[in-house]
Amino acid sequence: MSSSPERNPGTPLDLAWVTSARVNRSAVIRRTATLPGRRTVKKTWQAAWFLKAISCMDLTTLAGDDTPGRVQRLCAKARQPLRPDMVEKLGIGSLHLTVGAVCVYPNMVSEAVSALKGTHIPVASVATGFPAGLTPLKQRLAEVEQAVADGAQEIDIVVARHQVLTGNWQALYDEIRQFRAACGDAHMKTILATGDLATLKQVYQASLVAMMAGSDFIKTSTGKESVNATLEFGLVMARAIRAYLEQTGHIVGFKPAGGISKAKQALVWLALMKEELGDAWLQPQLFRFGASSLLTDLERQLYHYMTGRYAAKHHMPMG
Amino acid sequence: MNLLEVFNSMAYGPAPESDSAAQAWLDEHNRKLGLFINNKWVHPDGADYYTSHNPANGQVLAETVQATAKEVDMAVAAAQKAAKSWAKTAGPVRARHLYAIARNIQKHHRLLAVLESMDNGKPIRESRDIDVPLLARHFYYHAGWAQLMDTELADYQPVGVVGQIIPWNFPLLMLAWKIAPAIAMGNTVVLKPASYTRLSALLFAQIVAEAGLPPGVVNVLTGSSKAGSLLVDHPGIDKVAFTGSTDVGRILRRQTAGSGKKLSLELGGKSPFVVFEDADLDSAVEGVVDAIWFNQGQVCCAGSRLLVQENVFATFIDKLKRRMGQLRVGDPLDKAVDMGAIVDQSQWKTVDEWVQTGVREGGCVFQPQIDLPKNGLFYPPTLITNVQPSSEVVREEIFGPVLVAMSFRSPAEALELANNTRYGLAASVWSENINLALDIASKIKAGSVWVNCTNQFDAAAGFGGYRESGYGREGGKEGLFEYLRPVWQKRPQPAEPIEKRKAWGAHIPTRPSDLPTFSAKSRPIDRSPKMYIGGKQVRPDGAYSRAILDPKGNWVGQVGDGNRKDIRDAVEAAHAAHLAKPGWSMRHGHNRAQILYFLAENLDARHEEFCQRLVAMTGCSLKQAQVEVDACLDRLFTYAAWADKFGGSLQETTLSGVTVSVNEPVGVIGIACPDTHPLLALVSLAAPAIARGNTVVLIPSERFPLCATDFYQVLDTSDVPGGVLNIVTGQRDHLTQTLIQHEDVDSVWYFGSAEGSFQVEHESACNMKRTWVNYGQARDWLDPQQGCGHEFLHEATQVKNIWVPTGE
Repeated sequence: MSSSPERNPGTPLDLAWVTSARVNRSAVIRRTATLPGRRTVKKTWQAAWFLKAISCMDLTTLAGDDTPGRVQRLCAKARQPLRPDMVEKLGIGSLHLTVGAVCVYPNMVSEAVSALKGTHIPVASVATGFPAGLTPLKQRLAEVEQAVADGAQEIDIVVARHQVLTGNWQALYDEIRQFRAACGDAHMKTILATGDLATLKQVYQASLVAMMAGSDFIKTSTGKESVNATLEFGLVMARAIRAYLEQTGHIVGFKPAGGISKAKQALVWLALMKEELGDAWLQPQLFRFGASSLLTDLERQLYHYMTGRYAAKHHMPMG
Repeated sequence: MNLLEVFNSMAYGPAPESDSAAQAWLDEHNRKLGLFINNKWVHPDGADYYTSHNPANGQVLAETVQATAKEVDMAVAAAQKAAKSWAKTAGPVRARHLYAIARNIQKHHRLLAVLESMDNGKPIRESRDIDVPLLARHFYYHAGWAQLMDTELADYQPVGVVGQIIPWNFPLLMLAWKIAPAIAMGNTVVLKPASYTRLSALLFAQIVAEAGLPPGVVNVLTGSSKAGSLLVDHPGIDKVAFTGSTDVGRILRRQTAGSGKKLSLELGGKSPFVVFEDADLDSAVEGVVDAIWFNQGQVCCAGSRLLVQENVFATFIDKLKRRMGQLRVGDPLDKAVDMGAIVDQSQWKTVDEWVQTGVREGGCVFQPQIDLPKNGLFYPPTLITNVQPSSEVVREEIFGPVLVAMSFRSPAEALELANNTRYGLAASVWSENINLALDIASKIKAGSVWVNCTNQFDAAAGFGGYRESGYGREGGKEGLFEYLRPVWQKRPQPAEPIEKRKAWGAHIPTRPSDLPTFSAKSRPIDRSPKMYIGGKQVRPDGAYSRAILDPKGNWVGQVGDGNRKDIRDAVEAAHAAHLAKPGWSMRHGHNRAQILYFLAENLDARHEEFCQRLVAMTGCSLKQAQVEVDACLDRLFTYAAWADKFGGSLQETTLSGVTVSVNEPVGVIGIACPDTHPLLALVSLAAPAIARGNTVVLIPSERFPLCATDFYQVLDTSDVPGGVLNIVTGQRDHLTQTLIQHEDVDSVWYFGSAEGSFQVEHESACNMKRTWVNYGQARDWLDPQQGCGHEFLHEATQVKNIWVPTGE
């Protein structure tokens, strides 16, 4: 990750703030339902936003059948997300466009690090008993340490959902604090697994606690819950990030993950960030898409922008 | 900007909606659009034309006809001719016509939306996602009522030909609200769109004709306000429906007074947007955006008065200012703008003058540093703080993107501030505490209350105002009654137009008569009936009395000769009865029912005495008197029954949550009773009013008031709280004049002469109170339909729709 000057150091747990949180679900839904109709970009602007979406992607493989070969293929795509002829025709060679990061399981970190050697693309590793977060704390901490030792520059931790569901904010705070310490210089993205949480209010509260505990990013989902990154979760978390910034002056990034596979969705997410948090959250330093199949659609849409013709999927190189 | 520049700036770019089809439509009509009468374009010889401009860029769109009296006649004649067959067309057949219209609207959805935005200046997002979908929805919904009319509204018939005048802020939506219920109920219409925005109504008329609606059912007449006035005055019109400013509403009320034309008015507002400390503040900020920066704030129900609890006021205003900086103002056909253009230069100027007024009044004006197009009628979103309830910008409707903000300390103060207005169209209440939110929602005086949401509209819920925001509802079952008349009733049509007469209601207090009031033999003790005000028997303020004679001229008694101060006192007492704890309207229906049953019980105990009184006073037979008193008992039982069975219902809107329609009391109702069936008419009128939680100032029959003065003794023994029913005797029109001019009276029911009916309707315009008059026509009070039909409950209530989204 390119350096953002100040990481969120966290704050003491402010329980009064956490418990006073209010989120009105139906109003949140109204906002997210109307946003795609309120904001859109066309033509050159759309193409530029697509390119931006690529630069903010955490190109991800988190499957039980991951192999070193699979990871190498993904890393190759991360280095060169667009076909060279498209880069040339778009005239964006100077961007040296890559994705934001490659995201893998801890056991695949070494493989990814070596496959990305010579680039600035960071390797992100999930950790802490991903996806459920229900292994003993000792092991979860060890997992973080191992991933960092193997060269991961970003660690995507998962929270123990029961701590959120039961409102045990102190326990949640303490654990995330320890994970943050274990991360050292690696940036920590905290996955709230919002699809497992009971209410949007809990999503907001968990966001606050995760930020107080020093998260660099908060992230919606593991991709394994039945509901992944919805705009409602995104809006609530973005508002929490804004409130935290206003209250503490600390900047925290955001990563929606899971279920974002279409270029059009990517535009809405970028618009959500621009509207709720501002242009600073349209950079990979503060915004990432956790996605595996989004890239192909972005390529196809860019191809259409270039040529006016709709592209075939099999013309785009696999990641 | 090139690709790399945008990549770095991540700016929004232009996202234009194509206007090619709309331009082609205008071209096909040579940019010169006729009137639409009998499903045909009409270009009158030598007509004047009026130019429509696109407010976003000043471009000329088209010319439209300025209708004259001749074309008004032509359109009304077309509608009259069509009315004969359309009213007889079976409901299910009309339903299919409305269904076909709804479908055809959807088939031309985009064209309607684009033309609407070009003509009005509203963002395409709104016309595309809100206005046109609601347009179609209204015809779907009312197709259903056409289907069900024969069974569900069997006691009603169509009104006839309806003249409809709509404003420029929602040309298509207002047209839908007007036309759909009217034609569903078997009426035909002549609709006049606003001068600024005429084009979409003409396109709509063509779409309706394409959908196969018979000629003459819907006619669109373009023209100036003069044409509107001619339409309103036209003798062939049976009902006038208007949406627009309160000032024009007042004019129309006076203009149609006494004519027997039904009138519904949807007027201005200064709707409160109330945010409590426990609200989801971020969501409430979005609510404000939807409340006041929707349609450039040119919305009658715009949440233009922000009230925020003091302890979160500063936080909320900070959040709001930040959000305002994200608003995009620009080309209405750009798909990514929040606000388009103000409809016309004069309107723009008015808005700007209001903002200057705000500055002069010491207000702090905030406008975000956002880009506005250099040309076109664009106005920035504006917030004015440091204003007070005494500020003009807080009291008056600005009708633009201007929000005023104030703080409050407590729920009680929030309510007081919310209701401190002459208007009562809508309100928005934000709190996560359901008890608080629903309590405030039930107490704000407004026709629509949105809890944790704002500007929600649907065909299934009526929209309309309290107070000077007008009367009548559009949408829901409640809205249908504006286009219906009881089956038994003919269209009241006074023979001659009535002129305003200054002397009406003038009265010189009565003097002694030559007839003796005391006789040692027949009247051994003097009886002096009094006024009944605030639960007490009081002497008339003027200390004058009038003799009451039977039809043969024999003296039968005396009553006080009331004056304006008696009315004033009675109105105060009627208000006090609402303020008592518990106020009359806040009592449970069960409790009001108990009191009405008790009234019946005590009246029955004095059955014979009342019969004798009626015989002596009116000269009717004892049998007739018995029938009348029996009918009174029946009425009391009927309204005791209705006291807890007319509270409202659940509206099946498109909201995810519940929309509740509440039949609230109107407030303080003045009732002037007829001379026929003096006791039965009194009971038939007073009972529904008090059953539904109103308090009443009642002027009994001028000729036969003694049964009313006897009746207050029954009230005294029946636990009717003081002030609920006040009785002021005297000359009917003299007392009515004070009542109708009283600005703290909410409705007046007048059953007297044609001239009196005219006066009542005319004078009601002072505070836009509701009226219910008989135009000098008698009704048979013994007849169950005429004496206690649904219309009595309708007149005794006003519908509030409370929208409560749900979900955690």
